[in-house]
Amino acid sequence: MPFYVSPEQAMKDKADYARKAITRIRSGVVIDCDAGILFIAPNPSRALRKFSEIYDRMAFAAVGRYNEFENLRKAGVRYADLTGFAYARQDVTARGLANYYAQVLGTVFTDSPKPYEVEIVVAEVGKTQDDDEIYRITFDGSVADERNFVVMGGQADQVAAVLKDQYRDGMTLAEAFALAIAALAGPGKGEGEAGGGRSDITAAQLEVALLDRGRSHRMFRRLTGTRLEALVNEALPGNKEPGAIADAQAEPDESAESAESTD
Amino acid sequence: MGADSYGRGAFGPYLGAGTSSFTDFLAGAAPELLPQAAGAAGAAGAAATLPPADGAAAGSFARSLTHGTTIVAAACDGGVVMAGDRRATAGNMIAQRHLDKVFRSDDFSAVGISGVAGTGIELARLFQVELEHYEKLEGHALSLDGKANRLASMVRGNIGAAMQGLVVVPLFCGYDEDAGFGRIFSYDVAGGRYEEHRFYAIGSGSVFARGSLKKLYSDGMSADDTALVCMQALYDAADDDSATGGPDVSRRIYPVIAIITADGFERLTDEQAGGYAQTVIEGRLTDPDGPPAPLRQTGTQNGGRNALPSG
Repeated sequence: MPFYVSPEQAMKDKADYARKAITRIRSGVVIDCDAGILFIAPNPSRALRKFSEIYDRMAFAAVGRYNEFENLRKAGVRYADLTGFAYARQDVTARGLANYYAQVLGTVFTDSPKPYEVEIVVAEVGKTQDDDEIYRITFDGSVADERNFVVMGGQADQVAAVLKDQYRDGMTLAEAFALAIAALAGPGKGEGEAGGGRSDITAAQLEVALLDRGRSHRMFRRLTGTRLEALVNEALPGNKEPGAIADAQAEPDESAESAESTD
Repeated sequence: MGADSYGRGAFGPYLGAGTSSFTDFLAGAAPELLPQAAGAAGAAGAAATLPPADGAAAGSFARSLTHGTTIVAAACDGGVVMAGDRRATAGNMIAQRHLDKVFRSDDFSAVGISGVAGTGIELARLFQVELEHYEKLEGHALSLDGKANRLASMVRGNIGAAMQGLVVVPLFCGYDEDAGFGRIFSYDVAGGRYEEHRFYAIGSGSVFARGSLKKLYSDGMSADDTALVCMQALYDAADDDSATGGPDVSRRIYPVIAIITADGFERLTDEQAGGYAQTVIEGRLTDPDGPPAPLRQTGTQNGGRNALPSG
């Protein structure tokens, strides 16, 4: 370094850089419901996934720079498989993995000239909603133990405001899905296109996954194709055109009550 | 920064592009956890403490270990059936009456183990993680051929221990999603991988089981009939091989039967397996040697019975 930069300034610059990158992208939502833990994000790519399986009850979610969080995801799978093989499957915990990620991201943030431009979530589904664990780890390695829902990246405050307003315990899968879509569609509360330019979300552009409480052994599954369409129809009734999901800010009426089927 | 590609670093061995094989990862990160560590680690490992294979001591040492015995597998209509008896022996002693030697390796395949139980069960456990690890890292499962080849290289890794008497031989079978039928693979201690057609058996009672299968099996059998044929074969193996256990009616311990089809892996419950065992036992009460095969071949029924499938 040819010039002197004070540590305060260096840290601030790095944090600003990472924060700016994280807020520029689109948000992803992790939301807890009675069927399990649901992951939703706009993602036009079929190959580059934001959500994936880590271990039996655990999943990984990330937004940001793909190559960086993919590296972390692979490390997480290796960490989990090695721990489970050396000890036992039930000894692999989300808390352990969240701590590992915190170490990595914290060290990268202080030691490397460029911090990782990622925000990640490690979630573990339990027997009941009370047992679910959701950890958010940010670019500087800080860990937050979250309840009910997490918004990653983008205009997180605006999306979280909608979720905070309407989230309640014991939501069905379809209700949680409808709420997450509404939150991602923007804070405009369904008043049309004025809601912040995010009303272009379509089913084809959504990546949806579920840590399914009703399954045994490996609980992570992707919701794609017909399963996703079924969920869209169930969550947003009367919305035949998937292209218009964003408008279906629809009051979650009672027709969503039958959304129990987790198979 | 500390994100080195492999081996040791500030963040442990996990970060980096690395490999999608868990076994390879383990060899770099924690080689002492490999099942073959006892023998194949060679100079540094426990091999040095094991006596040479040709010594009388080595023979009695190897015999003193718990051994798994007979495994059979047979293709059925739309899939494949694998079954294994429950006995494990240590020399002339029965070491276990309820050992489980047929393992689900993933949704569409199973692996059965005969030979030294300690190494074999560990090998099966590693193989399960291997397949799941690949699937998680790559985003799609290995092909059935890919799985069979991975298992071959894992068996090959055990050759050092096998030379000292710790022989493990697996039998692998699965539903090939691309081809649409069940397939069976056998192995030798050198890691040789051989595709078997129709049916196969490994372990101490395999000679008798295979003879039985040869007479009772026919192509295109339903999964139900194939499970019964496997039970008959295990009964015949137990009949003539002291190391193979038959159905244990008084303790309600029955052979493990797994059926793999397009719907995935299904291990029959004890009640279901007991049902097949009961059928066989009842038949043997009147006919102790089991159902006889027709002496004279009658054209179409046996047409192509010994031919290889064209697939």
